[in-house]
Amino acid sequence: MSSSVIGGPITRIDGKLKVTGGAKYAADYPIEKLAYGVAVPSTIADGKIARIDSVKAEKMPGVLAVFHHDNFDKLYRPAGAFEELSRPGESRPPFEDGNIYYYGQFVALVVADTFQQAQDAAANVHVTYDEKAPLVLLNQATTSNTTLAKKYSRGDADSAFPKAPVQLDQTYTTPTETHNPMEMHATIAVWNKDKVTLYESSQGVVNHHNVMSEMLGIPLENIEVISKFIGSGFGGKLFPWPHSLLAAVAARKLGRPVKVSVPRTLMFTTVGHRPATQQRMRLGATQDGKLVSFQNDILQHTSLVDDYVEDCTQVSSLLYSSPNNTAIQHLARLNVGTPTPMRGPGRTPALFAIESAMDELAIKLNMDALELRLKNYAETDEASNLPWSSKHLREAYQTGADRFGWSKRNPKVGSMRNGDLIQGWGMATCTWPAGRHAAEVRVRLLADGTARASCATQDIGTGTYTVFAQVVSDKTGLPLGKIQVVLGDSALPPGPTSGGSSVTSTVLPAIVEATQKAVDAVIQVAVYTPNSPFQNVDAKTLKMTQGRIHAQDKSPDTGVPFQDILALRNLVGLDGHAKTDADPDVKKFSTHSFGAHFCEISFDPGIARLRITRWLTVIDSGRMVNAKTARNQILGGVVMGIGMGLFEATIYDTRNGHPINNNFADYIVPVNADIPEMDCIFLDYPDTVLNEYGARGVGEIGLTGVASALTSAVYHATGVRVRDLPIRMEQLLV
Amino acid sequence: MEAFQFNQAKTVSSALEAVRSQTEAKFVAGGTTLVDLMKLNVEIPKKVVDINSLPLTQIESTPDGGLKIGAMVRNSDLAHDETVQQRYTVLSEALLSGASPQLRNMASTGGNLLQRTRCYYFRDTAYPCNKREPGSGCPAIDGFNRIHAILGTSEHCIATHPSDMAVAMMALEAVVHIQGAHGERNVPLNDFYLLPGSTPNRENVLALGDLITYVTLPPLTNGTRSHYLKLRDRASYEFALSSAAVVALLSGHRIQRVRIALGGVGTKPWRSMEAEQILEGREASENNFRAAAEAALKDAKPRHDNAFKVELAKRCLTRTLKNVTQFA
Ligand SMILES: Cc1cc2nc3c(=O)[nH]c(=O)nc-3n(C[C@H](O)[C@H](O)[C@H](O)COP(=O)(O)OP(=O)(O)OC[C@H]3O[C@@H](n4cnc5c(N)ncnc54)[C@H](O)[C@@H]3O)c2cc1C
Ligand code: SF4
Repeated sequence: MSSSVIGGPITRIDGKLKVTGGAKYAADYPIEKLAYGVAVPSTIADGKIARIDSVKAEKMPGVLAVFHHDNFDKLYRPAGAFEELSRPGESRPPFEDGNIYYYGQFVALVVADTFQQAQDAAANVHVTYDEKAPLVLLNQATTSNTTLAKKYSRGDADSAFPKAPVQLDQTYTTPTETHNPMEMHATIAVWNKDKVTLYESSQGVVNHHNVMSEMLGIPLENIEVISKFIGSGFGGKLFPWPHSLLAAVAARKLGRPVKVSVPRTLMFTTVGHRPATQQRMRLGATQDGKLVSFQNDILQHTSLVDDYVEDCTQVSSLLYSSPNNTAIQHLARLNVGTPTPMRGPGRTPALFAIESAMDELAIKLNMDALELRLKNYAETDEASNLPWSSKHLREAYQTGADRFGWSKRNPKVGSMRNGDLIQGWGMATCTWPAGRHAAEVRVRLLADGTARASCATQDIGTGTYTVFAQVVSDKTGLPLGKIQVVLGDSALPPGPTSGGSSVTSTVLPAIVEATQKAVDAVIQVAVYTPNSPFQNVDAKTLKMTQGRIHAQDKSPDTGVPFQDILALRNLVGLDGHAKTDADPDVKKFSTHSFGAHFCEISFDPGIARLRITRWLTVIDSGRMVNAKTARNQILGGVVMGIGMGLFEATIYDTRNGHPINNNFADYIVPVNADIPEMDCIFLDYPDTVLNEYGARGVGEIGLTGVASALTSAVYHATGVRVRDLPIRMEQLLV
Repeated sequence: MEAFQFNQAKTVSSALEAVRSQTEAKFVAGGTTLVDLMKLNVEIPKKVVDINSLPLTQIESTPDGGLKIGAMVRNSDLAHDETVQQRYTVLSEALLSGASPQLRNMASTGGNLLQRTRCYYFRDTAYPCNKREPGSGCPAIDGFNRIHAILGTSEHCIATHPSDMAVAMMALEAVVHIQGAHGERNVPLNDFYLLPGSTPNRENVLALGDLITYVTLPPLTNGTRSHYLKLRDRASYEFALSSAAVVALLSGHRIQRVRIALGGVGTKPWRSMEAEQILEGREASENNFRAAAEAALKDAKPRHDNAFKVELAKRCLTRTLKNVTQFA
């Protein structure tokens, strides 16, 4: 079916451009006469603008304009949920009115000839407010600012739980987290008459294109969104944020290209975050550990402007077998910007609560944590009543346990010592849904013997460019170096948003089909062209390998390079164009990836020093397309999970809603010294329900479950159960 | 950042001349504190005098067996100096626990002593701050104060001095050599820093236009051992939540002489003579270590988010004492 170009450890085809500085990111485009916009953020979180004094700023050197709600163009709200692919990060157009909903909301934009001039003038725009006391913490929410968002139920958990012989009732919280990709958001807007080009850092050029058309109120064909390289997004760049509109309108009003970048401090307020969650888990079980009831009551925050749901219900409903299950999620409206998906949305906070509760239940039952998972293994998806398309979680547990040496774990708290240090071992399940969406891909075989694949999806750093080249190579036999991949431009055939770990499974069928069509076209030419070595041969007996057209039953050397066929008719190239849908078979199965984490920590009780010493992850996520980039995604996910477990938390000053640790010195993420020896094993069972290669996605699953594996290990070492992330040394000073 | 005048000084006297009678002039060494704060508009000097070319880059032994460190000696060079590593281990360890290799390559000895606090509110001009604008108020006292000080605080300021190097130098009884408009003077590091009191804007005894030229370390009796321990959230590249520097001379199991300083908990690098007194002449034992730690923290004044630092600092000191006095 395929050669080693699929599945092997293939180096990224764009790697060299990135490490040599050749890759252009949104803010890098050298545009002539570029003006610079610097936004003025609100310094209150609730209230109204009383006055904007921009007199001094307007007179400062180089300043072209100071825009705000009294002098900006009309903008519209996007269709949002009423249409496909029309989702903004924040649905309120910037400068819509003088209302303030969160700290850091843009209240003005200064545009000047240079960045320094704009920044200087922005510091001299003085805004006064009518201020109200903000609500910024989840535990400040009251029923009056809380609404129901999601509700799942089977059986009757409310009556089953109180009757269960063994009960666990605990509440777990996760804090607000900020995405913080290395590359900050930026937009350059360039108008040419009534058409605008937007250079963006976007995880979804098609969606961005649609939203801009709706919010600016101009036709789609007048907008092109370009996002060739992205310094990662982690979800924060899935949907357009206000700065993109500010750049577009400012550039139109000034008749000059304008760049607006979002500085690191505003990355914490104005371009999304993972909302805080509070989850009350109630588990009821029999004495021998069979779940009879499983309940998760979830509260998360959203903004005053949008309903963003960090769905913790779905995974709660299907991870374990239980006749009675409810998952109810409420939203609390707080004075913060609109939250947005952050790597592994929903499942990541949910699995912290679920897997922590399972660990606590196992301890109550005097049972091994892994045994409890096996005892409640979900043989089918009990929420949808569908069979799994492919689930090998049992094998993942077993493989991990064997490799890690789990059977040697002494369950007694603090019992595993290494000199003065105490070891703790923990494990947790990880999971992420798999899906496949619609996509269009064009593949062109060219007269110079190369191929060109194009699609309006984008590579956010995960290896999408390389996946395209791998598939075209697999289907044509051309070496990777002869394949050009063009992505990140809304003018190309529409492709998927880079989110939900679904790009690979989505684009694979379209690339396969488009490549096949291009090859077929060459074969048709070969068959119908005079002087062709294959004139009048039955097309069905021909194929293309190693870039050569040849008889199926003969070796490629007997054929001719495909470009020789094109030359016979003086053709510059032949196209294959494919449009694939979300696979209908998906509806007959529940498609999810699974896996397991095993970790070891070492704890120095005298000084409350916690170090992670070993990490092993086993992943069942279909067939790997690229061993290198897949491993990179899983290990990167685990590192991010370690950050979630030990460090990450956006801290708001409750007096004004300001995230006070809004920089890389104070919002800490792991450094190399925090990361232990890591290993990752892929089970590599193809899931052909999704595509012919059997690939699912690997972008997010690695992060899920990590934090609870850590807190379980911490409990094992210390006897302290951390239910409120992150784990801090103050909790461990026992 | 505001516009400023920039000068490069080649000699100590020209550096002093360049800032003479200028109220808003600053020297810049590695720039890792100053430039950072200028970008935040926390420091707004009208004139910046570059002292990177001053001939203050030597680490030399003094006739009495001590060490003389030029103000422009980079943190990396000082940390990796053989004499420092062998004789003043605590200093090398403290330096290497600070910042990152890139920052240490830039950071200077003088600049490190004068680095400013990491208090969030000090670094953000949207807030009032008594250290930045005397009399404007202290939002940290009722704000988020997990990283703030528990020793030496006042109702006007609770910010920590963040340096690791200075804590080690405190325990080594370093002396700061200063040149100013009125000539030269030497100030023991112990007298160099000021408590915030009602003037948290005044952090040390330097007068306008004073230049630090050298830091000297007195000689250590043979057999003296020293150690620096730093506790923080992540394993590297973060300021201390609590740290301890201990320099000790033992005779048998008895502590003959000990110098103790704490970091991450004080409004200045915190020398604890109370702890030293408890230990000198006593047995090196876990009980005595703990008693010393209790004494060092007895006046601690915790706030809403930093109460844990009291116990953390005690444990940090106890462990450091244990490490230093461990018998081979
Ligand atoms: C991200 C980050 C992490 C850090 N982490 C740590 C850490 O973990 N531990 C730690 O201890 N430090 C840490 N630091 C602080 C770092 O050690 C200091 O910034 C550095 O030591 C300052 O030295 P410098 O030469 O760059 O000073 P500069 O920035 O050049 O100067 C600082 C101040 O000293 C004055 N000055 C400099 N030299 C003289 C002189 N000879 N005479 C009189 N005045 C002078 C300047 O005018 C200025 O006011 C960190 C810094 C950063 C940016
Ligand atoms: S603690 Fe000191 S530095 Fe921090 S805000 Fe208060 S006065 Fe300013």
